[in-house]
Amino acid sequence: MSNSHEISGRREFCFTVNGERKTVPAYPMERLLDVLRHQLRLTGTKEGCGEGECGSCAVLMDGILVNSCLVPLLQAQNANILTIEGLAGAGLHNLQQAFLHCGGTQCGICTPGMILAALYLLKKNPFPTIEDIREGLSGSLCRCTGYMQIFEAVEEAARRQTSDEV
Amino acid sequence: MNNSSIVGISVPRKEGQDKVTGRAQYIDDIVLPGMWYGATVRSTIPRGRIKQITFGAEVAWDDYVIVSAKDIPGKNCIALIAEDQPCLAENCINHPEEPILLLAHADRHALAKAVNAISIEYDPSPAVLTLEESERCCDIIWGSDNTFKTYVIQKGDIDSAWAKAAYIVEGEYRTGAQEQLYIENNGMIAWFDPEHGITVWGSLQCPYYVHKALMTLCQLPAERVRVVQVETGGAFGGKEDYPSMIAGHAALLAIKTRKAVKIIYDRLEDMAATSKRHPSRTRHRTAVSKDGKILGGTIDFTIDGGAYTTLSPVVLSRGAIHAGGPYYWPSVRITAKALATNAPPHGAFRGFGAPQSLFAMERHMDRIAQIIGASPIVVRQRNFLKPGQTTITEQAVREPIDLEKLLDRALELSSYQSRKESFAEENESGEIKKGIGVAAFLHGAGFTGSGERYLGSVVGVEACADGAVRVLVSSTEFGQGTKTALSQVAAETLGLGYEDVDVAPADTMEVPNSGPTVASRTVMVVGSLVCSAALGIRHALRQSGWLGDSYSPEEFRAACRNYVAAHGALRSWSRYEAPPDIFWDDEKHRGEAYAAFAWAVYIASVRVDLTTYTVSVDDFVALQEVGRVLHPVLAAGQITGGVAQGIGLSLYEKVIWQNGRMQNSQMTNYIMPTSLDVPPIRVFFEELGNVHGAFGAKGIGELPIDGPAPAIANAVADALGAPCDCVPLLAEDIFDILTTRVATADRSGSPSR
Ligand code: FES
Ligand code: FES
Repeated sequence: MSNSHEISGRREFCFTVNGERKTVPAYPMERLLDVLRHQLRLTGTKEGCGEGECGSCAVLMDGILVNSCLVPLLQAQNANILTIEGLAGAGLHNLQQAFLHCGGTQCGICTPGMILAALYLLKKNPFPTIEDIREGLSGSLCRCTGYMQIFEAVEEAARRQTSDEV
Repeated sequence: MNNSSIVGISVPRKEGQDKVTGRAQYIDDIVLPGMWYGATVRSTIPRGRIKQITFGAEVAWDDYVIVSAKDIPGKNCIALIAEDQPCLAENCINHPEEPILLLAHADRHALAKAVNAISIEYDPSPAVLTLEESERCCDIIWGSDNTFKTYVIQKGDIDSAWAKAAYIVEGEYRTGAQEQLYIENNGMIAWFDPEHGITVWGSLQCPYYVHKALMTLCQLPAERVRVVQVETGGAFGGKEDYPSMIAGHAALLAIKTRKAVKIIYDRLEDMAATSKRHPSRTRHRTAVSKDGKILGGTIDFTIDGGAYTTLSPVVLSRGAIHAGGPYYWPSVRITAKALATNAPPHGAFRGFGAPQSLFAMERHMDRIAQIIGASPIVVRQRNFLKPGQTTITEQAVREPIDLEKLLDRALELSSYQSRKESFAEENESGEIKKGIGVAAFLHGAGFTGSGERYLGSVVGVEACADGAVRVLVSSTEFGQGTKTALSQVAAETLGLGYEDVDVAPADTMEVPNSGPTVASRTVMVVGSLVCSAALGIRHALRQSGWLGDSYSPEEFRAACRNYVAAHGALRSWSRYEAPPDIFWDDEKHRGEAYAAFAWAVYIASVRVDLTTYTVSVDDFVALQEVGRVLHPVLAAGQITGGVAQGIGLSLYEKVIWQNGRMQNSQMTNYIMPTSLDVPPIRVFFEELGNVHGAFGAKGIGELPIDGPAPAIANAVADALGAPCDCVPLLAEDIFDILTTRVATADRSGSPSR
């Protein structure tokens, strides 16, 4: 698997990350996750499993939640990508504040992916029920919290959000 | 200390901002200049000898650095309790996934193909794969009888208990291996320089365990080994002992390459090669009076330690001490054994043996209830420990704990009676069977017996040039909130603001050995030392005249600044002193096992779907007495997290073994609970106002993993009307239970006369 990125030659890929235009030389089958972490040094996106199970590598690609460990760079050509580093503006984003306040982060390794999953959920559904939240976060594993305080954080962020924030 | 303003408040987590913004630096996020990458070549058989190692011609080996056991400068072992585990196997293989060779290369992508190009030929020997095979001693794989350790705890006169018994109740209970499954895999970076020695950065719980192991392995004096913990993405015990192995490997590669070398495990390697919760088997034989009182009994507690000693003796000890649950035993004999098998060594996982033995105890209480025809509630009430009575190690209960009251409150919170009745009605028809189950339990905080005395932990508090206060401890943060809670303790002690205090990075060059971050000891034991070290700072500032009797936080900061400017660094140290009247006999395991216990009653409501054989938990009440709650949000988070892991242990997480190797070492086939699988976990605290620990706090980290498995198994048994004596209970296990219900129902014990 680790050599699959060599299948055809290196070339240049262009995409936008957190509002910035990037051009990187890479193999077409290289994982978006590796390009973000190693080439662009955006290490907020984490690798927990490398097989699409844990969601700690989640980013938004053209507004859709994807596991970046499953995305070959080929697919990211010209895409608009949001990682955790691009979420906070002048201050913390509503969701980041709520995660801090409610105890939604413990060891923190799942947190970037979890927050992006929550962001995606709230974009689609600004007034989620607890069932919607459970469903919306089910692709993101957290081993520390038992999820309760993450649910509370998402509920709190949903309550606090104003229409222009999400 | 009474009009507290910081302790008891949910202040923001110290490193929280970095975590929610993605700025926190975990080991795989760190890149050093010119860094190489390392990989491990491992055994594929459980037992045998290495005959030959062949390096495939397809790889340009000159570009790699290869390390074998011959390259080890010091002793080829991972020094912990015994020195039986090699860092790299030389000749003998004792378990699958045993490290044999190490490779390093400048390109991390170049490693996998090189590992695959190495073929190792073995001369296999018969492997010992189960507790029963290990006991039979047909093949001796460790010592003279495959036994790492035996403890016998004896209290009272059991013979007379048998004679007086109205019932003798027997049962056998088992728990499986469980993977810690921290979401961040293990990883280390090592760097070597002949002058400074070895430096290791990593994801780890116990910097000084790694420090000790590296001194032995690299034959270096203490001052030339430096271990730094970086942000750690979960541990749960899983980063207690194994990181010493990985640090050793990275160090050996760094010494040979003269480069910084990073080793990061992928999920497959992490799951297959590193330690898990010890599988266990517990046999109870209990003498019970006509009205349900325990008169005495025997408990045989046996755990599978895997191939090397590692922490098994300590896990065994904790499991044995908790084996009698929160009950009064007039007499008991506990025989506890840790046995060797040819599996990768099992190790620390939250709870440390107690979840295993408490699962057995709490299932057994329900069996006793069933045999004598009483309710599980009544049987527990009749046997609860009371203040003044003694535990199985003959430790007097001095805390004013009222377990009956705790149970009553839990019953009420879970609507136990009304649910019990409505479930009985609903279960009469349909394919969904509902049940409710109780577990009552305790968990000792801190190291066992004289453990804290041997550790002799040291804590420092420093007044900094900028007026801030820093706590100097090797206690690590891996999600539990160590940094936050210890800062609260120091700030409260000194009357400062929370933001005036921070905790120094866990770097062995900077911080003293405050002991390992395990055993629910950080807040209680280390927290108390932080209090006294902080008071030392205040004393020094007053003595030097920079601080008056009463002061504002700003005056305190000014005093720190002035002191440091005038006299240089100000540090105050505090060392653990065992209370003089504590008695503990380690050989007999008799005496004061723990400075304090946390107590709890958990109640689970479940439904079993008879068409799919799956169990889901509908409601979970977790009520506990943990002394003073220092930080309500962190405390509740510890409980919900532990309960979710316990739900995993009960219903989802099954390690499939084949020839000593985990077959399902992926997140796709080893299933942990997702957000859809957890019930509402309702957390409640009862505060008794104990005097232990910092501001009356007791340990909290491990307690919540003890209760879910028995509460859930009891609930499933209640739903099905059939015993559920092994966890995990996956669909195939529920199917087995239902198809063998008739056979098991009458094996479950009988009146003695
Ligand atoms: S690392 Fe991508 S889903 Fe786990
Ligand atoms: S906070 Fe540790 S895995 Fe979620």
